Amino acid sequence: MTVFIIRRLMQSAFVLLIMSLLVFFGVYAIGDPVEIFIAADADQIERERAMQALGLDQPIWAQYGFFLLNAMRGDLGRSFVFNIPSIELILQRLPATLELAACAVTLSVLVGIPLGMYAGYRPQSRIAKAIMATSIAGFSLPTFWVGLMLILVFAVQLGWLPSTGRGQLGEFLGIHSSLFTLDGLAHLLLPAFNLALFNISLVIRLTRAGMRENMPMDYVKFARAKGLTQRRVVFVHVLKNIMIPVVTVIGLEIGQVIAFAVVTETIFAWPGMGKLIIDSINRLDRPVIVAYLLITVVMFIVINLVVDILYSILDPRVRLADAGH
Amino acid sequence: MSRRIPKVAAFLVASALVIAAPAVRAQNLSVAVGGIITSMDPHYHNLGPNNNIAQYFFDRLVHFDNQQRPIPGLAESWRAINDTTWEFKLRKGVKFHDGSDFDAEDVIASFKRVPWVPNSPSSFTAMVRGIEVTVVDPHTLVFKTPAPRPLLPLDMAIVNIISRKSVEAPTADFNAGKAMNGTGPYRFKEFVPGDRVVMERNPNYWGEKSPWATVTTRIVNNPSARMAALLSGDVQVIDQVPTADIPRLKQNSNLRLESVTSNRLIYLHIDHARDVTPFAFDKTSGQPLAKNPLKDHRVREALSKAINRKAIADRIFDGQAIPAGGLLPDGFFGASPKLKPDTFDTNAAQRLLREAGFPKGFKLTIHGPNDRYPEDGKVLQAIGPMFTRAGVDTAVQPMPWATFVSQAGAPNYAFSVMLVGWGSDTGETSSPLRSLLATPNRELGFGASNRGRYSNPKVDEILGKALQTVDTGAREKLLFEASEIAVRDYGLIPLYYQVNLWAMRSNLTYKARTDEYTLAHFIKPR
Repeated sequence: MTVFIIRRLMQSAFVLLIMSLLVFFGVYAIGDPVEIFIAADADQIERERAMQALGLDQPIWAQYGFFLLNAMRGDLGRSFVFNIPSIELILQRLPATLELAACAVTLSVLVGIPLGMYAGYRPQSRIAKAIMATSIAGFSLPTFWVGLMLILVFAVQLGWLPSTGRGQLGEFLGIHSSLFTLDGLAHLLLPAFNLALFNISLVIRLTRAGMRENMPMDYVKFARAKGLTQRRVVFVHVLKNIMIPVVTVIGLEIGQVIAFAVVTETIFAWPGMGKLIIDSINRLDRPVIVAYLLITVVMFIVINLVVDILYSILDPRVRLADAGH
Repeated sequence: MSRRIPKVAAFLVASALVIAAPAVRAQNLSVAVGGIITSMDPHYHNLGPNNNIAQYFFDRLVHFDNQQRPIPGLAESWRAINDTTWEFKLRKGVKFHDGSDFDAEDVIASFKRVPWVPNSPSSFTAMVRGIEVTVVDPHTLVFKTPAPRPLLPLDMAIVNIISRKSVEAPTADFNAGKAMNGTGPYRFKEFVPGDRVVMERNPNYWGEKSPWATVTTRIVNNPSARMAALLSGDVQVIDQVPTADIPRLKQNSNLRLESVTSNRLIYLHIDHARDVTPFAFDKTSGQPLAKNPLKDHRVREALSKAINRKAIADRIFDGQAIPAGGLLPDGFFGASPKLKPDTFDTNAAQRLLREAGFPKGFKLTIHGPNDRYPEDGKVLQAIGPMFTRAGVDTAVQPMPWATFVSQAGAPNYAFSVMLVGWGSDTGETSSPLRSLLATPNRELGFGASNRGRYSNPKVDEILGKALQTVDTGAREKLLFEASEIAVRDYGLIPLYYQVNLWAMRSNLTYKARTDEYTLAHFIKPR
């Protein structure tokens, strides 16, 4: 297992290097950031000063070399427009996205797995058919449209929930989060549900497929023949077996939800990382774009590692050393 | 995808015909703005949204009224002693938020800090460059400049005055609130980047006090989210109202609109410099034309006459745009009343093209942003067929601003005809003349955004003279003259002036501002 983890980490370092190279030169190819964030009426002298202040007057390979040197020391550069180290800037926004993502994933597990199990257990019932039909809607309706409709119904017409923003933050064990105040939770509900909708549907369908596949299998018959209760057969033996694909997908989706909550964050004006990256791309704020994507890559690597380790716990037949090949 | 959101927003508003109007909680006001505020440091980033928010906490020597006319700020009065010497009399009895007194030393400290701010992506250095300040007494300052500088009072309307205690405070101290010690109408409470700025009334403000005890400025840059926040009552005022929502807003009795013609001109910049321009082609062979047709005055006039400005204003903007014939709307300093929009006349355009030697016209590609100005992509797409009707087969190429702007200017100059906008921060016409129409010249700071590289020695000369003329009347005449020459020569083709729009609860009023700023202390209950 140790060898496996070490090899994984070395591969990751290489991925990070390639990623930084691609993003750095990619952003450079789009254009000159100074043109975007300088005041329109700035004269030539002021433009040159800004280029110098931000190190953009250097040739691109020198800029990249400088970036790599600093990156070795953990410094990914300062945002061009915020004058804040980009890592710090992203970490400032991380909690907002994390709480949104955590709620969305929790919702998709708590809602998705029971509904999916039921739909797989009694596939012919009306309720199961209704669940499956709804899950198609959850899959196919675009997030931004659902988001706007949620705002329209719950914020504008019913006036039950606020439309945008993050609301009051509460403090608990030194952590600031909107999970700890009523106002914060009210603000969280709509965006979390909007973000979760796709994943709920995904989990429903995966769980249902797993149920349908496993229920006729020999081990289920054997367990029944052994005299186990139906409850124990379904909730222990079958559930354990269908969890493997579900865990994989939820793992990947956690990454997706954190890194690409862009649409939901934009519509609900949620001050998270997704909104930051979109704004940064529009402004060609290269240090933030590079740092963000590097952090995203690291996050996916870690999640994949955790998923692999979880596999070996759920299914002892999986050997981690082999997974590295 | 973001292009589709406004349509959905239109539907959203349409469906929300009946809305309960939550009463504005007395004394507290929430405002949602579309601009992204990047910092609290008033000297860090010379950018509309940042300059806007700084006005809550800081004052300037000179203020702008809602039409960008200079009025007394921290300076009670100012006058030119001679062409290169100015005297500013400071207001007495003004206190900073921490209780300390304001005087000349704070002005000196602010001027010192402006060029010092580290890593500034767009600084205020040009406004204080070359000014030699002498303190006559704690409330009298004398500014000396190496050359006559008639716009000095306008520059003073842009530089915020901080306390001398913050002269070496880094940007982070302002963001955290430690150095947020100004003389402005509000005291700083909290800045959550990307989310909100919270402030409370300064009870000791020297000017008219704000009707609101606390103000929250929410940063909501998505237009439909901003609309939703207003409709649901989360905020009471929004700026940059999406055009698609205007007709429905007008029908909603709980809401009202405030509008004013802005200082922003949307225009077409034209390649005047190259003998072969990259995007004008022969109609049959498809090859670039051997001679740049845009260098011919008649071709430029034909293009201008081919544009139906009124249709653009009425159809695309629901009337919330003003057809333009000059550089700034009537009423702004230096805006020549003689410059009227060209009349839409396809026949005249065809005749001019024939006279210019293009009886069959030619092929053209026009470029522009699709995410920078309201409806910019749509306007570009409307202009294409108008040109085609006059005989110039036109393809349209909208693109994101980030890509567009770095291709359009020096050193690439990638386009032939492009749609751009210009907001005049000084509120007078030397700003567009100097940046857009004067021959690029580093020493004079001319033509820094002259993406068409229009060059006319006569314009340069008159503008140069205007920028050295302290006498207001004489200067305005020179500005009239320079704009008339440049615009009649089609150095650029004016399209329309934007209209700045605010939507608010029907029990509020706002004196709409030409500079696009949203300032809560001027939002009043009705």
